[in-house]
Amino acid sequence: MSDEMMDEGGKVKKFLYLNRKAPYGTIYALESLEVVLIAAAFDQDVSLAFVDDGVYQLCKGQDTAGVDMKNFSPTYNALGDYDITKLYVEKESLEERGLSVDDLMDIVYEDEDDDWAEKPSIRLVSRTEMAEVMEQQDVILSF
Amino acid sequence: MKFGILVNEGPYQHQASDSAYLFTKAALEKGHEIFRVFFYHDGVNNASRLAVPPQDDRNVTQRWSELAKEHNLDLVVCVAAALRRGLLDENEAKRNGKNADNIAEGFRISGLGQLIEAGIQSDRLMVFGD
Repeated sequence: MSDEMMDEGGKVKKFLYLNRKAPYGTIYALESLEVVLIAAAFDQDVSLAFVDDGVYQLCKGQDTAGVDMKNFSPTYNALGDYDITKLYVEKESLEERGLSVDDLMDIVYEDEDDDWAEKPSIRLVSRTEMAEVMEQQDVILSF
Repeated sequence: MKFGILVNEGPYQHQASDSAYLFTKAALEKGHEIFRVFFYHDGVNNASRLAVPPQDDRNVTQRWSELAKEHNLDLVVCVAAALRRGLLDENEAKRNGKNADNIAEGFRISGLGQLIEAGIQSDRLMVFGD
């Protein structure tokens, strides 16, 4: 646990939002994103992880007209504005679904420590590395 | 230890709520503290006092209400998840022009910030879901 102190008398913890489900079909992905957007206001160290069918959430070119649901995928592009800049995507989950990082949206953030240079938010990690990412967290919310 | 509990599935359909209840009860019996139980996704349906399960079955909602009363538990239902699923307290019913409310005793409706706070303040946040 980080012992860094925050203004509100609270502590900074490492929160990981683990996304395991496809974006439509169930409401998990949408409601997970709603938690993430609220979490951004709490000045915690937030990361997102995408494994299993969760990798579909980041696919580009989503068209939901046929299922009469709101396409919420543009929201992922706004995460950088909320200082959420770490989106870990599991390589094996992509490969098992015939996907590669080229099928995913180009999600970027502006790095304030590097003259606001645009940098990619998506970090491709192996299954082993994903386990290490999880190991480093204080709180994991699995959706 | 101080636990936060997140319940992401509805009653009867899924075991998550039963497991969360049994865990919470066992933790309290062992002298641990429960900072908050937060109900999200279909988990908000655990708070409906209009559910009428068969008499020879457990009553999931009533069980939570009784545990809350006994241990002064904070049972929080996410407002956004509750409203879209038809779970309303008196305030929300009035605000949204509905003629009924259905939140059981011991539960309260509040925002997602309460979940994040539970994550920050608890030693462990336990997620019960699918």
